[in-house]
Amino acid sequence: MKRYIAIKLGEMILVMLAVSFIVHVALELNVGDVAAKVLGQFSTAAQRQVWLKENGYLDPFLVRYFRWLGHFIVGDWGQSLRFRTEVISLIGPRLAATGILAAATLLVTVPIALLLGIAAGVREGSLLDRGITVFSVLTTSIPEFASAVFLSAVFVFWLGLLPGASTMTAGFSPAELVLPVMVLSLYTAGYLARMTRSSMIEAMASPYVRTAMMKGASLPRIVFRHALRNALIAPITVIMLQIPWLLSGVIVVEVFFAYKGFGTLLFEAALNSDIYLIEACAMVGVVVVVVTQLISDMLYTWLNPRISFRDVGRREGGA
Amino acid sequence: MTVLGVLRRSGPALIGGAVVGVWLACALFAPLLAPYDPLKSYSPLISPGGLSPDGMRFWLGTDLLGRDILSRLIHGARTVVVWAGLATLSAYVVGLAAGLLAGFYRGWVDTVLSFVANTVLSFPVLVLYIVIIVSIGASAANIVIAVTFASAPAIFRIVRALTIDLRSRDFVAAAITQGESDWRIMLVEILPNASGPLVVDVCLRLGYTAITIGVLGFLGLGLPPPTPDWGGMINDGRAMAIAFPHLVVFPCIAISSLMLGLSLLADGLREIANAGPGGGEG
Repeated sequence: MKRYIAIKLGEMILVMLAVSFIVHVALELNVGDVAAKVLGQFSTAAQRQVWLKENGYLDPFLVRYFRWLGHFIVGDWGQSLRFRTEVISLIGPRLAATGILAAATLLVTVPIALLLGIAAGVREGSLLDRGITVFSVLTTSIPEFASAVFLSAVFVFWLGLLPGASTMTAGFSPAELVLPVMVLSLYTAGYLARMTRSSMIEAMASPYVRTAMMKGASLPRIVFRHALRNALIAPITVIMLQIPWLLSGVIVVEVFFAYKGFGTLLFEAALNSDIYLIEACAMVGVVVVVVTQLISDMLYTWLNPRISFRDVGRREGGA
Repeated sequence: MTVLGVLRRSGPALIGGAVVGVWLACALFAPLLAPYDPLKSYSPLISPGGLSPDGMRFWLGTDLLGRDILSRLIHGARTVVVWAGLATLSAYVVGLAAGLLAGFYRGWVDTVLSFVANTVLSFPVLVLYIVIIVSIGASAANIVIAVTFASAPAIFRIVRALTIDLRSRDFVAAAITQGESDWRIMLVEILPNASGPLVVDVCLRLGYTAITIGVLGFLGLGLPPPTPDWGGMINDGRAMAIAFPHLVVFPCIAISSLMLGLSLLADGLREIANAGPGGGEG
């Protein structure tokens, strides 16, 4: 297991190197624009040239890349061009804000989705099952920006119950968190419920559940004692794998509701070709993705001791 | 077997196929179906079903610049179908070629291609789109490039797994013994047998790509302005949405219904492939 974690972390560093290189290459295409953005559109070509030279943008590409890399490793993540402060001081609070959003989403999503999935899966084909299936197909088909529009039309425009923006200018306000969390939860809950349903159906059809039924065990006992533990393996690993996806969805939702989180930070950084900020956000993103994959794999083996870590590696490599 | 004959075997596939069919018809016959010119300004901010001062009726209302929303939606279907189709096709060409090569030859080809795919996939997709579009500029062709770059790795993974599985079958061994060329084996022996799961994936991916184009439009990174584009319509109307929800609600319904249609179609096709005899040949 230690070996597995070491390999995973090694891979993570390779991926971080590759991603940071790709981001540098992508932004290399319009390096001249950076000076225009910093100095304003009324600056002269000569001024821009001087600025580029002073800030080292005219050095060869690889020199700049390795200089950034060297600084990044020792914790000097550079200055944000857009916010004119240290990149490292920007990331913490924004990440925390998004963390609150993600945690609230998972807190809402997981119990609802598991309950719906279990209820639907216990009796396949029942009216409840059909209803839940329709619900999950609907919610997984509506993109976040659309459900954000629908929900704000209902709760902000017609009912006037909730604020339409989540800027949190007057301090932290739970009411402003409601709509973003609802939007993020809708999609995730539908997806997770579908997943739980299909693994519950599989578990209910297995021989050990049939044995329990023939013994005359009660339905709650069968579901909670026998079927559930095996049925939850897939959904729980899916919950962890949803987190990187949440990171993408979070950008849309945060931009829509003007929530000051990691997503809007990255969006603004990308719009402004703010290279050091993009790089820092990208590196944080990769770490989050790989660490959640790792946790997901560990949960998988913990829940299902028949599978060893070597198989987990094979599961990824093979299929 | 006709397309309709296959779809009739599953309820979801039939409904999904119908919804997708309606949007396809809109895309094909947009100039005939649209009641007004999608680019012409009539009278701004008429509410749905309202009349303009000179007595024209606008069923879904007009936008900030006085353009008919229904006509823009119908013409927008053309934009989505054409560009989502092209982008998905392009991603598939890359993903299929790489997946077949990696799955067939394994070894270092597989190691390198898999590493590239994993690298791209371990990055939140939307961030990738934003970085690419910001650096190469927002245009239809660049959206195709961005989608290809970001979704080819996922296609690659599916194709690779299918190829590895099929590679070990007897008919492939027979083809190798017969001395068929590697490309012939990949394209004639392996690919047709992998097409069942791939057809399902194509439906879903078309939907994801349509949503991606919508998201990019919504973030202001989509197709350049006068083009009728659903995501762009949402972005334009966003500032006024609290007072005039019809500006954004209808384009959202359009894109959600298209995605719903495609995912129902995908579900139905999967059901048919799992249940019926001969379903695997798709």
